[in-house]
Parts: sequence; C-alpha cells; structure tokens
Amino acid sequence: MTGRAPKHGRPGAAAVGTTVAGAAVAVAERMLRIDRRWLFAFVTVAVSLPLFFNLQQHVAVTPEARGVRDAVAQLPPGAHVLLACDYDPGSAAELQPMTVTFLKQALSQRLRVIVMGLWPQGPPQADLALEEALRDPAVAALAPRYGIDYINLGFQSGNEVVIQRLGSSIPAVFPRDYRGTPIAQFPIMAGVRDFSSIAYVFNVSAGYPGTVEWVQFAGDRFHAHVGSGTTAVSAPLYYTYYPAQLTGLLGGMKGAAEYEVAAGFTGKAMTYMFSQSLSHIVVVIFILLGNLAFLLTRSRRPQP
Amino acid sequence: MKRRVPLILTAVVGITFVVQFFIPHKPFSGLQNLLTDWVQIIFAFAIWLGALNLMKLSGESLYRRKKRWPYATITIACFVATAVVGLFFSGGSRFQDPGTPFDWIYQNMYNPLSATMFAMLAFYVASASYRAFRARNREATLLLAAGVLVMLGRVPIGDRLTGFLPEGYRLADLADWIMNVPNKAGQRAIMIGIALGIVSTSLRLMLGIERSHLGGRE
Repeated sequence: MTGRAPKHGRPGAAAVGTTVAGAAVAVAERMLRIDRRWLFAFVTVAVSLPLFFNLQQHVAVTPEARGVRDAVAQLPPGAHVLLACDYDPGSAAELQPMTVTFLKQALSQRLRVIVMGLWPQGPPQADLALEEALRDPAVAALAPRYGIDYINLGFQSGNEVVIQRLGSSIPAVFPRDYRGTPIAQFPIMAGVRDFSSIAYVFNVSAGYPGTVEWVQFAGDRFHAHVGSGTTAVSAPLYYTYYPAQLTGLLGGMKGAAEYEVAAGFTGKAMTYMFSQSLSHIVVVIFILLGNLAFLLTRSRRPQP
Repeated sequence: MKRRVPLILTAVVGITFVVQFFIPHKPFSGLQNLLTDWVQIIFAFAIWLGALNLMKLSGESLYRRKKRWPYATITIACFVATAVVGLFFSGGSRFQDPGTPFDWIYQNMYNPLSATMFAMLAFYVASASYRAFRARNREATLLLAAGVLVMLGRVPIGDRLTGFLPEGYRLADLADWIMNVPNKAGQRAIMIGIALGIVSTSLRLMLGIERSHLGGRE
C-alpha cells in the first residue's frame, strides 16, 4: 500500500492507456456528431443571459472609430452634415446605435443634420434614432427643431445614381422632405446646393447601395469627407478605404460601442457588448472542441 | 432594329457618362443630370415591377397549389393588407407619420420580424463555424487561427484575456493587425480585379461587343 508499482505494471498501464484513448476517441466521435440544437441552446444562453445584467465592459477605442468622432468633433457649429441611413430593421441591432450616437454628437455640437436613405427602410430607422437622440439630456438641453437643426429627406430610388445627382443638386433629388413638405420651406436647407455645402457625410450601411457607393461617388468624385458605420460582416471589405477615402470606420456592434465611448454617449452598443463577448467565447470554445475531436479521430478516417 | 436601338442607347448613355467625368461642363453636365433623373424614374418603376412580379409569382403558386403555396398566401395577404392600410387608412400622403396604422405595422410587425430573421444568422454562423472551421490542411489552419483571433480580438473579453501582455501584443491588437494588413491587402487585390473587370465589361457593352444583356444569343 506504499504506492510501489507492481512488477507487471507496464502491460497494465498500456491497457489503461488504450482504454482512456479509446474513450477519448469515442467522446470525440460523439462531439463531431453533436446535434446542432445543443449549439443553438448554448448560443441562446450566451446571447440572452447577459441582457439581464447591466454589465459594462471596458472597450478600447480603435483609430478607426476615433476617426469618425474626430471628423465630427472638428466641425464648427452650424455646419451641415449628411447622414445616409442605408439599412433596414434586420441590421438595426448593430447599426442603430451608431446612427443614434452620430445624431447625439452632431446635434449636441449644434451641427445641422440632413438625413436621407438609399434604402426605403432607412428614413423610418432614422426617425426612430432621432426620437432616441432627442431624449438625451445633452441634446434636449439645446432643444433642436425640425427643419432648422435637422431634417429627414426620406428615400430616393436610384442607388449610386442618386449620389451622383446629389453632387450636382441636392434639391433636385429631394424637392420635398420625408413627409412631403417642400424643402424650400425649411431654413436648414437654405444655401444647400450640392456636396460642397456638406461638411461631412456619415453613411450607415448594411450592403448595397452603401459605403462602397458613397466612397466612389461622394468621396472620390465630389471630394466629400465620408465616414462609415457598417455591419461586422461587411466591415473587412471597407478597411481598404480607410484612412485615405474614409475618415473613420465603425465595424459592427464593437465599432458602435467604441464610437459611444469616444463620443461620450454611452448607449445600447455598450450594454450589448457583454452579450457579444459571451457568444463569441461560446463559438470559439465549440470551434476548438470540434478541432480537438477532429484531430483525435483523424487516424480513424480514410485518408484522401 | 430591336437590338440596334438598345445598343445605340447603351453606347450614347455610357459615353456621355464617361465624357462627363472628364469634362464636367455644359453640355455634358446638363446631359448627365438629365440622364441621372431618368435613371431615378426607371428605378422607381422597377420597384413597382418587382412588387407586381412578386404578386404574379405568388398568385401563380397559390393558383396552381405549388409546393409552398401557404407561404405565397401569406405573402399576398400581407402585401395587400399593408398596401390597403397605407393607402386608405393612414392619412393619405402622410402615411409614414408616427402613430398611423401603417407606422404601427412597420414598428410592430415588420421591424421585429425583420430583426428576428437577421438574428437567426447568429445560430447558423455558430453551427457553420463549428462544422467548417477545421484544421484540415495548412491553409485551413491559417484561416481557423485568423478567425479565432479576430473573433476574440473584436470583443472586450479578448482584451481582458490578454491584458497582462504589453500594449500592441494583445488579442485586440492582433485582430486589428489582421484586419488592417493581410485582410486589407487581399481585399484590395480583389477590388482592383473587380474594377478592371467592370471597366472591360463596360467597354464591351458600350462598343456593342457584349450583347448578352439583350437576350438571346450573342
């Protein structure tokens, strides 16, 4: 009982080793055949559970997000900025916080915000964002008024051709606002001709038409300063334009959270970051387990 | 004639846009404005065409009791209901105003349903990542490593996990490097290739060499 190994220990250990290895391979095989509903269950818990806790994580601001904040921050009060909402409710979880923060920053700086959309669902999303931004104490204190400090021009069909036409005449593309009132009646539109009247363009994009078109037409063709907020899945494509053709880039909810931190308006994106962190961790754990199982069972599979 | 007129139109419009880019003065600037206005009108009609086509296909599906006819029924019912509510019960041209029945449909039905559809991607991405991200060979292993690093580096918890490392070597820095260097280089190469392809195809269209868009054989 002193722990001395028996003389015939070698074959025993080998047998135990073989059994353990066999069990590991069996578990690995089961892992590879796991019902995907288990995965769904884990993701559900990882995404939804953190929403019940108001945990704020430290979010480091990247230069891409700081670029958007800085581009807006250096504009003088009264300058016109164009907010192009090219997304729909499907991507609102990622993009709406960016729109809200942009509106908060612009309105609190007394910039004049012109909203439009190349997607039909963009202007109503902008209306929702405006509602939320106007409730912010820093914005509410300035009491911005429709038609003087901000305006929603609505949707215009034509994709990138609309941007091209905006370069020659904004009133020609939008003779009326979102609700059908002639824009000549609004003081905010006085003197607004084309992109030369716009100090900054911020495009919130979920695809086509979106950031690529704004960069190619408003930025490259008419030399407008363009910033972009996009879904995480499309952000890698737009990195090619930063920093030469885009002043800043917000990628997905992380980008939105960074912008909230940089601009000093903590909002929904920051609240959702914990949920996103956990869900990413769950997916990474599953990927690692899947690969471990794959490596353990590799010798049993026929080689190609 | 049936093919010649569209070919001439394509050539005239295409050349006008190209010339206008280099000579943004009259008469080309005026021509460009006129043509872009026409494009907007054509796009607006295309939306109608799309809606009518959707109704036609759904109607056919329902009439012939095709495999997924119940979905076609729902599509038609929702389309008609939304159009009727917007046109006749939401204050005419101010149908988009907050508080109208049309706005109620948008806020309480379209908005959450659309968000739900997109949110389901999270589950499919998770499942697909688990099954597809396998270290089968060197290239796949590189993709796997980049994917895992970006996934962890793009959330605050990644910073926490590597917070003990000096700045510049943390997961977030690695993820930023992947996005800004290899990703950017690859994407630029793809974009340059696409741009060259667009230029050559546009030239072929304007010169009438490419005729497949007219239908039938080249």
